[in-house]
Amino acid sequence: LWKAVRGGQPSWDFSSDVCKHCEHAGCLEACPTGAIVRTEFGGVFIQPDICNGCGYCVVSCPFGVVDRRPDDGRAFKCTFCYDRQKVGLAPACATACPTQSIQFGDLEELRAQAARRAATLHARGMDDVIVYDPRESSVGGIHAIFLVRGRLDDFGLPANPVMPTTLLARAWTSAGLAAIVLLGVVVFAF
Amino acid sequence: LFAGGAAGAAAVIAGAAHFAHADPGLVLTARIVAAIGAVVSPVLLVSDLGRPQRFLYMLRVFKPQSTMSVGAWTLVVFTFATFAALALATPIGRALTGSTALTAAADILGIFTGLVLATYTGVLLGATAIPVWAANASYLPLHFAASSLGAAAGMIELAGRADTALHRIGLAAALMETVALAVMEIDWRGGHQTLPSGVGRQMIRFGHLFTGLLALVLRLATARWPAARALAGVAAIGGSLVNRMGWMASGRASALQDRSQ
Repeated sequence: LWKAVRGGQPSWDFSSDVCKHCEHAGCLEACPTGAIVRTEFGGVFIQPDICNGCGYCVVSCPFGVVDRRPDDGRAFKCTFCYDRQKVGLAPACATACPTQSIQFGDLEELRAQAARRAATLHARGMDDVIVYDPRESSVGGIHAIFLVRGRLDDFGLPANPVMPTTLLARAWTSAGLAAIVLLGVVVFAF
Repeated sequence: LFAGGAAGAAAVIAGAAHFAHADPGLVLTARIVAAIGAVVSPVLLVSDLGRPQRFLYMLRVFKPQSTMSVGAWTLVVFTFATFAALALATPIGRALTGSTALTAAADILGIFTGLVLATYTGVLLGATAIPVWAANASYLPLHFAASSLGAAAGMIELAGRADTALHRIGLAAALMETVALAVMEIDWRGGHQTLPSGVGRQMIRFGHLFTGLLALVLRLATARWPAARALAGVAAIGGSLVNRMGWMASGRASALQDRSQ
């Protein structure tokens, strides 16, 4: 839920902060236990019986979606209703939404539908409508696309989400250098 | 983060001292400091996770792309290596094995895993989606290595050793930390990197002043005032701890700031 001001009038913007189910998922790569897996439906799923609560996925999510349970510390997030999809049902949020603001279906069809809807809204004069679908970023595309009005920042959506593993090479190079310096100092001291 | 890094650096010192045929007392003290850290770290990790069994889940798989996995595995091998080195060097250990080759192997393993432990935490924080950590990804490993080294030298000294080599190590670590703080301050002023103002930033600054400039001055004053050496060790250890806590606090602040934009 975000507050915005349009044409001098206060207005309310709503957005569902669901898991984006990234094509290259930061949480999945970061998980040391292998608890986070890719499902047969393309979603990213945390197996609750494997998760050991280390919390590293929480800091590795480019969208700030994953969080830890306050009681036992294990990580939880939107499951893409893995259990419902397994028996052929649509995710609960899409089924329950009374205004059909949340839609579930084939990704390509939804992309086309979002483009059509944006064009319709633009024609109606809502020229601040954007389709959020960052396919050109290091997360390599997401499985939840959004139609929003105004600035992406107002919805907590990063314009260019960064997959944390892209920083690994730089950080490990620096770690290697640090190790050489450390060893050099110690050897030299004796 | 702190215990593991300092223990890692202590193991490197122990190994190097062993191969340099330094005073056996120094080798023993450094090994004990490393071994204590090697026990404390997993205990702290388990208390973070909640249940001991959860630590075993860390070892279900080995994932090079997960820094957390690399760290957990390194810690296990490190703990094994430090205790092996300690046990093999006892009279019983020596009598049982009859050679020093195994001790040397344990020391080499300790040096290698110790180097990883002292530096990987920088990667652990750097390669994440937390803005302030990611912005400092190439700087954090160097900084953590230097402060770990200073803390390790300080700990071994406070455990009763007064070797010149430790003094040199402490001096080098303090010098690196001084340079690091100067570089960071210039960077922040230039606005190249983001560090939210607040408690975290002040803690990093204070920690740096202790591990860097203060430790350096105290080390240099040792020639005239011997007590300064112990104080330099305390400054390096305390500063290092405050520093780590500062980076954690900054990370939290930077994540919240990012979300509320």
